[in-house]
Formats: sequence, C-alpha cells, structure tokens
Amino acid sequence: MAAPEASSAAVPTLMTNNTLRNAFGGVLSFFILLLIGVLAFSIRLFSVIKYESVIHEFDPYFNYRVTQFLTKNGIYEFWNWFDDRTWYPLGRVIGGTVYPGLTLTAGTIWWLLNSLNIPLSVETVCVFTAPIFSAFASWATYLLTKEVKGAGAGLTAAVLLAMVPSYISRSVAGSYDNEAVAIFALIFTFYLYIKTLNTGSLFYATLNSIAYFYMVCSWGGYTFIINLIPMHVLLCIVTGRYSSRLYIAYAPLVVLGTLLAALVPVVGFNAVMTSEHFASFLVFIIIHVVALVYYIKGILSPKMFKVAVTLVISAGLAVCCAVIAVLIALVASSPTKGWSGRSLSLLDPTYASKYIPIIASVSEHQPPTWPSYFMDINVLAFLVPAGIIACFLPLSDASSFVVLYIATSVYFSGVMVRLMLVLAPAACITSGIALSQAFDVFTRSIKFQLPGLSSNTEVDAGETSSATKEAQNDAVKTEKAEETSKDRPSRKSKKKEREHVEKPSTKTKAEKKRLLALPLEASVISLLLLVFLGAFYVVHCVWAAAEAYSAPSIVLTSHSHDGLHVFDDFREAYAWLRHNTDVDDKVASWWDYGYQTTAMANRTVIVDNNTWNNTHIATVGTAMSSPEKAAWEIFHSLDVKYILVVFGGLVGYPSDDINKFLWMVRIGGGVFPHIKEPDYLRDGQYRIDSQATPTMLNCLMYKLSYYRFVETDGKGFDRVRRTEIGKKYFKLTHFEEVFTTHHWMVRIYKLKPQKNRIRGKTKKSKSKTSSTSSSKRSERGLFRHGNVFGGKEAQNQFCISSILGLVPCATTGPPKRQI
Amino acid sequence: MGRSSSTKDAQALFHSLRSAYAATPVNLKIIDLYVGFAVFTALIQVVYMAIVGSFPFNSFLSGVLSCVGTAVLAVCLRIQVNKENKEFKDLPPERAFADFVLCNLVLHLVIMNFLG
Repeated sequence: MAAPEASSAAVPTLMTNNTLRNAFGGVLSFFILLLIGVLAFSIRLFSVIKYESVIHEFDPYFNYRVTQFLTKNGIYEFWNWFDDRTWYPLGRVIGGTVYPGLTLTAGTIWWLLNSLNIPLSVETVCVFTAPIFSAFASWATYLLTKEVKGAGAGLTAAVLLAMVPSYISRSVAGSYDNEAVAIFALIFTFYLYIKTLNTGSLFYATLNSIAYFYMVCSWGGYTFIINLIPMHVLLCIVTGRYSSRLYIAYAPLVVLGTLLAALVPVVGFNAVMTSEHFASFLVFIIIHVVALVYYIKGILSPKMFKVAVTLVISAGLAVCCAVIAVLIALVASSPTKGWSGRSLSLLDPTYASKYIPIIASVSEHQPPTWPSYFMDINVLAFLVPAGIIACFLPLSDASSFVVLYIATSVYFSGVMVRLMLVLAPAACITSGIALSQAFDVFTRSIKFQLPGLSSNTEVDAGETSSATKEAQNDAVKTEKAEETSKDRPSRKSKKKEREHVEKPSTKTKAEKKRLLALPLEASVISLLLLVFLGAFYVVHCVWAAAEAYSAPSIVLTSHSHDGLHVFDDFREAYAWLRHNTDVDDKVASWWDYGYQTTAMANRTVIVDNNTWNNTHIATVGTAMSSPEKAAWEIFHSLDVKYILVVFGGLVGYPSDDINKFLWMVRIGGGVFPHIKEPDYLRDGQYRIDSQATPTMLNCLMYKLSYYRFVETDGKGFDRVRRTEIGKKYFKLTHFEEVFTTHHWMVRIYKLKPQKNRIRGKTKKSKSKTSSTSSSKRSERGLFRHGNVFGGKEAQNQFCISSILGLVPCATTGPPKRQI
Repeated sequence: MGRSSSTKDAQALFHSLRSAYAATPVNLKIIDLYVGFAVFTALIQVVYMAIVGSFPFNSFLSGVLSCVGTAVLAVCLRIQVNKENKEFKDLPPERAFADFVLCNLVLHLVIMNFLG
C-alpha cells in the first residue's frame, strides 16, 4: 500500500528532464522500501501487543536456550556444548547437531547492542529477530524482482511479501525459529545468483556463495537451493541459453558453496556424500562439457566443428555410459539410495506415512488442504498464473528462473504444508510481476486516451510516471542484454517477441501503441478492480496477522460471554517444576514438551522435539500406552522422577496428549510390537467413553489424564472429545499426583518409589518361617551395600542402613512402612 | 576405408585446432597453462586417494576442491579477459583480476579452515 501513496507524491516530478525523474525515482523507491520495511516489521508485532513479549511455541524455546548459552559462554563453548539435560541418558551434542545461523545471528545482534551500551535482554533480541529479518526479506525480494522485471515489479513484490500470511505465520514477534532468518537468506541467495547471471561478475559470485553459506547455516531447506539452481542451469543449457555468464554464476558457486557447506558441523561431509547434493555435481560436470563445446565451436570453422562432433560423440558416448553406470551403482549401494527420510518424503508424498510415523505425526508435515492455500497466500494464488505468463514475455534467464522456482515450490508445498513458506516468496514475486504489468498496461492506455488530462487525476498520473519510468528501465536493460548476448541461437524469435512488448512502451512507436491501448472505461474499471483486489489482500493479511497467527501457544486466551479468559497453565506448571523439584530430577513427557521443559523448567527430559532417536521416543510412547505397572517399570528404568501430561478436557484445549495419543501408540508399536494400534480402537474408532476398549481405559495416558477428573463436575465430561469419560473412579497405585495447574491443562505426577517387595512376599507366603526369609534378606542387603561400604563392615552397615530405612527389613520395620 | 577417412578427419581437426589455438593471445595461453596445471594436480590427488585411501577425508576434499576451485576461477577469469568475448567488453581486465583475487582469497581461507 506504500506504493500508490508514495507514487502520488511523484506528481511534481513529471518534468521533462529524464535524469531528474530517474533521480526522484531512486529516492522515492528508497523511501517506499523504508516504509515496506516498517510495514513488515510492525505487522508482526500483534503478538507482542495482544499477548506479551514471549518466545512462542516449542522449537523457539530450544533456540532461545541455545542463544542464552551462546551469549553466556561464548562461541567456542557453544561449538563444544554437550547438553546432558536432554535425551537422558544419551545427551545431545548441540554444537554439532544444530543449524547455528539463527543462534549466531541473534547472538551477534545482542553482542552488538550490548557493546553499544543498549542493555536489551537476550529474550527481547530473540523475540524481535524474526520481524527484523522479515523486513530484510522484503528488501531482498525487491532486489530479486528488480533483477527480473524492473523496479516497479520489485516494489510490488516487496509489498506483497511484507505481509504474506504464510510468511507471517513463521515470523511473528516471538517466533524465534530457523525459518525466520532462512527465508531472507533464501531470497537473497537467489537474488545474488540472478545478479551474477545478469552481470557475469565474479564478485557477485563470491557474494552468492557466502549468502549460500548463511543459508546452509540457517536451515535444512538449503537443499532446495542446491537443487533448484542446477535445475535452472540445466534448463538454460537444454533450451540453448548457455552463456559464459551462466558458467560464472554456477561453477564457482558449486565449488565454494560445497566447501562452505562442509564447514557447518551439522552438514559436514554430507555436502559431498548424500544424493541431495549430487545433482549439483552432475550439472557441474555437464556445464564444463558444454562450456568446452561452446569454446571449440567458437574457435573452429563450422565444417571442422561438424567433424569434431561426430568424432567426439562416437567416442564420448561410451565414456558417458560408463560414468553414469558407476554413479548409479554408487548411489544404489547406499541403503536409502543416499536420500534422507525427510527428502524422500518430499519426492514420494506417501513415503513418510508408510515408513516414518515420527515424520508423519507432525502436523506441519502433512499435505495441505485447499483452504490453507487461500488462507496462506490469498489472492496471490490467482495472480500467480498471470505472473508466470508475464515472465514468458519476454523470457530471459532471470524470468525463467522465477518460473522454475514457482513450479517447484508449488509442488513441494503440495507435499508438506510447512513448505508453503518456500512457495510464499515465489508467489509474491510472480504476483508482483503480474500486478505491475497490469498496472503498466492500464495506466498506459489511460494516459494514451487522455493526452491532455493525464495530470488531472493525481493517482493515475503518478502511476503512469512510475510505469513509464519502469518501462524505460526495461528498455535500457533489454538493449543492454541484446548487445551482450548476440550469439544465442534463440535470439531472433525472442527479439521479435520483445519488440512486440517493448515497442509500445517507447514513445516513438505511437502506432503500435494505439493498437495495444485498451478502451478508457475498461482500463479504469480494471484498475479499480485491481485496487480492490489489493485492498482485499491487505485486509486479509492484517486479519491473519492479528487473529490467526499471533497466538504464542504457551499463553492461551478465549473469549466467552463473560469476558476474556487467559490460560497460563504451561508456565505455571514449568515454574512449579523449577521451584519444587530437585535440579537433577528427570521429567518424562511426550516429546512435544521437551524443549519447553528444558528451557523453562531447567529439568532433564527424556525426549524432546529434536526427534533424532526414534527408539527413545518409542520407549516413552510405549510407556504411555502401557498399563500402570509396566509403564512404571519403563519409567523407573529411565530414572524418571516426574511425568508431565497435558490435558485439555476441562477447558476444551484440543491439542492435548489424549488427542496425540494414537501417535504414541503408533510410534511405540513401530519399535515394540506388543503395542498394537487396534487394541486402542473400538471398531476402528478412537474413543475414550464407556465404549472404549479396556486396553485404552487402562493405559497410563488415560489414567494420568483423567485421574480425579470426575471430581470436577461429577460426571467426567470431556469438553474436547465431547463425551463422558469411560472409567471415572480409579486409583493410581504406582504414581501420585503432585501438581495440577489451575485449568487442569498440565498435570504432573511423581513416580512412587519402589515398592517394599518384602512386604509383598511376606503377605503371599505367611506360612514361611521368618528365619529363612530374613536370611535371604540379609544376603541381599549385603550384596547391595557391599559395593558401597566395603566388604568388612557390611554387616554393621546393613544394620545401620536397615534402621535408617534404606533397606527394607521386615523384622524391624513396621509391616506397612512407606519410605 | 571408414577408419582411414576418420583418421584423416582427425588429423585435419587436430591441425585446425592447433592453428586456431596458436592465434590465442599470450596472456590467455598462460591462464590455460595454469588451468591445466591445476586440473593435473587435482588428478594426481585423486589417483593418490585411490591408491592410499581417503582417510583424512577433509584434507583430501580440501586439496581436490582447492585445485578444482582454482581451475574454475581461472576459467572465469579467462572468459572475462578474453577480448573476443563480447559480453564482457565493458569490464576492464583489472577489475576482472581483482574479482579473481578476491574469490581466490575467500576460497583459500575456507580451505585453510577446512583442512583440519
């Protein structure tokens, strides 16, 4: 919206002097860009205004914790950080398994601000990192689109990206996740690639590989870049658009980019060992062959070249076949054909649901529904096809890249809803091109029809000025391009096309212009419609930013007839854990809450959101779906002291553990086959009412969720499942409830200590003589404490310890003693 | 008969290639020599790896990629300073060389870091 407003200020600049106009255009674009940056930043502040300045969701808490560690201990400690508070008892090497880009960025910002004596807390810096980088991302979009289609399209695309809901959903203030900086890095890398391609400068190629390095640091999605760019290079070669600029843009990127990627510990040798990167090497070889062919073609006469081709083809074909065979054999020899699971699920959408329940269980890894396209990119979905068509007239190297980008990202977003994020910039760029071209055509025809009246209506005139300016830019650029690349095969047909489009925009070709001009009424109405469309988009984006995507998900609110309710149960529970449990106590929960527990409660967890060890998660899942005693044994073997479950039945919070429970069963059953999903389903239906299966009603998750639930309303009505629970009155034998939050959303249980086994034995075998049993006991006592206190004094120690109650002793202790 | 004609063709091709290449300016020939040397060094390393083994893999990788990178950058430089290449006629050779040095600097900084 900044564009029309600012361009109306351009009215006084309608001077005859072209250079002055260009200068004004530059200043104007600068201010428009500034406004776009402010817009991108401020539209993401709804979460801070409506809630508070907190870190959101799950993964950001981990990033926040890492950033805290980084700012406290420095970079060297960070690389060597072995975190023993997670994945107990395995631990996790954080420095080698995390994409450090986001953390290092926020750490640098914090350090910079502090050295300037601006004492912001680490949390504040983390909260506002994402909005700052979304402003950068919209500027990068401007640069990229400017390289493709001129400044007008660039500004439009930047405005669109500043408020595209799909990107807002990942970058509101507080959403401190990798994607926040990665989208900027992605767009900027593409921009530098296009820039190198257009200029053929080695300087930009260097910058390009450094931007690629930043992207590799930031996000696993860098594989998208390292596959998309080779695809584009291949496309250029196949369509006969090879030029030496293409070589300069691509070959240094592969070498430098591979080396730089290998520097990031989490990628390491994967940069040359996994198939995701092989495409780039293959194209690297191909481009060298093609470059050599073009070079030889350049220095030889056509006849001799023909001779050379026949000779080389007959000899080279055999070599090529051999090389390809070796490559295929290499790839096929690795177990998953060299592809990691997540990438395979991109190529084959059904892969994850078939083989990896942990990937399938994450909701953002599911394929999206049609409404989510409309929700996330809104009217852009309709503008994208027009933008693609605009990219084809005239097709340049840069615009073919945009077409390829949008095509691949549409495919990927259809596979995984998370990758809608990659689609969003592409959609913004193409719709920016479409919108600006449409404005260009309409305002030009209006201006043509009203030669004297063009300065009457301010907005129209302003837009015309920007349009003509843009057209001139285009004309200059295309002239340059024509000069620079004369030896291309597809030149003539392209030139014709280009004339067709470009000539009307220059004033000399008035006749053709008349042919292309639309009727006045039609263009005015279409302009109004376009403005209306833009307004609709803005309204939708603001609504999405304010209502849909700003909830931090650790503080929940609900509006009801008696006002606003705030549910702050998560922080209540984590604070309880932090203040009432021992520092080294282990807390078990489903993996979703692992990051939050370590970050907010500072307690050791068994599994967390970095789902690197399927077996470990399956163990917890199995425990949750086992009956009480078996679960107690599993948890006890893991040295767990507390169990945390999230329960939404009282207040109607839908994403609680009961709703996630089937995934626990599936993941657990994937490793431990005695857990079978059908046991938890009645006729294929998941239910917790009186029709539920006994396995379901007796499993630990059910019991921990619904323990004492009937006391709340007397019926045990679950508001999420909208039914009365099946088993209302039961007692826990191996667990005890220690804390339940205000709205019952988080319930914390403690494992009861190991049972006094002797008591059980004496109960069963009362007929046995006490002497035999006591001798047995003393043997065990000796065995247990001999290691600790030494052999000689064992007997004494045994007595002492039995008095102290460390060793159960039926003869001295009361029969029902609890330790 | 086919064989003899093809050998004749090959000979003719070889001659014309040589005569065409002889017309190349000296500075480009120097760059070509440099590229050839870099590729040759990379080949030696690959052969060595095949015989001895790739144990310090990062060392092998940085060695080979250093040579390949040097060759690629030199090829880029050659493209840019080539007078016959119309695309870069407004790019002064000094600028091209400065870019080349910068890119090499970055490349070898990274390699030193990666060498282990």
